[in-house]
Amino acid sequence: MKLVTAIIKPFKLDDVREALSDIGVQGITVTEVKGFGRQKGHTELYRGAEYVVDFLPKVKIEAAVSADMADRVIEAITKAANTGKIGDGKIFIFDLEQAIRIRTGESGPDAL
Amino acid sequence: MFKQIKGRSGALMVGLLGLLPSLAMAEDATPTLNSGDTAWMLTSTALVLFMTIPGLALFYAGMVRAKNVLGVMMQCFAITALVTVLWALYGYSLAFDTTGMEKGVINVYSFFGSLNKAFLSGVGLDSLTFTIPETVFMCFQMTFAIITPALIVGAFAERMKFSALLWFMGIWFTVIYAPIAHMVWSGDGGLLWDLGVLDFAGGTVVHINAGIAGLVACLVLGKRKGFPTTAMPPHNLGYTLVGASMLWVGWFGFNAGSAVAANGTAGMAMAVTQIATASAALGWMFAEWLAHGKPSVLGIASGAVAGLVAITPASGFVGPMGALVIGAAAGVGCFLAATKLKRALGYDDSLDVFGVHAVGGIIGALLTGVFAAASLGGSKADLDIGGQVWIQTLGVLFTLVYSGIGSFIILKIVDVIVGLRVTEEQETEGLDVSQHDERGYIL
Repeated sequence: MKLVTAIIKPFKLDDVREALSDIGVQGITVTEVKGFGRQKGHTELYRGAEYVVDFLPKVKIEAAVSADMADRVIEAITKAANTGKIGDGKIFIFDLEQAIRIRTGESGPDAL
Repeated sequence: MFKQIKGRSGALMVGLLGLLPSLAMAEDATPTLNSGDTAWMLTSTALVLFMTIPGLALFYAGMVRAKNVLGVMMQCFAITALVTVLWALYGYSLAFDTTGMEKGVINVYSFFGSLNKAFLSGVGLDSLTFTIPETVFMCFQMTFAIITPALIVGAFAERMKFSALLWFMGIWFTVIYAPIAHMVWSGDGGLLWDLGVLDFAGGTVVHINAGIAGLVACLVLGKRKGFPTTAMPPHNLGYTLVGASMLWVGWFGFNAGSAVAANGTAGMAMAVTQIATASAALGWMFAEWLAHGKPSVLGIASGAVAGLVAITPASGFVGPMGALVIGAAAGVGCFLAATKLKRALGYDDSLDVFGVHAVGGIIGALLTGVFAAASLGGSKADLDIGGQVWIQTLGVLFTLVYSGIGSFIILKIVDVIVGLRVTEEQETEGLDVSQHDERGYIL
């Protein structure tokens, strides 16, 4: 099993969610986060006073999927979240040791 | 006749020159109540009060940080209440009583009125000012006396102790506002009135007066902790835009109401107010777009207020095209003052009271001397533009010096009595909790 974590632009969330549903991902977790990468922050200007905002709002998506699905998930996110501009985000893949469905006690890929 | 029904406003000055038929006629007849005028002035009074609460309170509240939102709203609200009481006790009399005044004679009553109308003595059911009840005139003027000190609040926002604020405003209203209003508006014998300063609705009395007091106050109190290195962005520009919109609407009472009649001058004042405001809003917006790459909400709202300020002294005298120029000049001029000038000099006028009200007021006062001329679309035939601009300059300088020095002395006195500033810890905590034990947002 793999845990796919993607940091994307907030306005791309709906596209990514649809793309993941289309390839059969059963569930995702979404968190509003802030951070910076190569895009750096941005500046805000109030009556000539300039403030640098270091952290930009992003959305973090987490999806636990079976190992054989991981490549398709990565492809789906990459395609759906891509704008071609700086700041599109990143995808991180982790090995997932175990998963348990709390209601039934099922574990492993059955719990996904 | 004018000595008995003497009152403020440029309308009277126009009347003196015989350009305003309805008032000129009042010379021939005993003044009688006009229900149309009265209805308009009742409305105007409500509109001008609406400018301070909630208009100005929201305009300012949106620009401070979230921890000071109640602090600044409270200051506006408390000033409204304080000035109302002082106005009834002695303020109206100090500003508008005409005992002992004579045209061309400079005596003590050229500077402030006697106390004959203290406790609103003689202001009853039947007393009239022009063609409206004196009670209405008194209330209308009261709303101007309220908004002027409230404007100053923006200069020292986020750091003044509430008790010090009340002391300062009470004294400032008494020894700065009331005398200046008297000198400009009380009629023959008033110092600046006799000089011939054109100030239809309060460019000097309200805006330059408050603007210079704000500059002095922010210098005496000192910068906010962390200024200018720490980010202090406005916490809710939606409030600010709503507040600016309320100011814009309320200003029709301020300017068109200053005709003290429902007549042609009021109509023209309304038209030029709308036009100058729009012109200034666009002026600031485009100047900012050019200088910084993007037009901003704070910019267009600030520009609108700058335009309202600048057209205030001019509103009863200039025509629509004059208004267009005055507005554009104020929009660009105040943009430069609030951004470049403030940064260059490094003073912490938190919400740009000086940059918008003093600078906008000065631009308006001087250009009034230009565009009041009939040849430029104004209402003054044969106006000597150079001479009038010089008189306007004298009015501006007098107000800057009187209010600037007076405010400085009052601040020093209040500093000794109660201390002007909150402690550093209270400032960091915010005025809402430290001064009022409340928070604006419990989310």
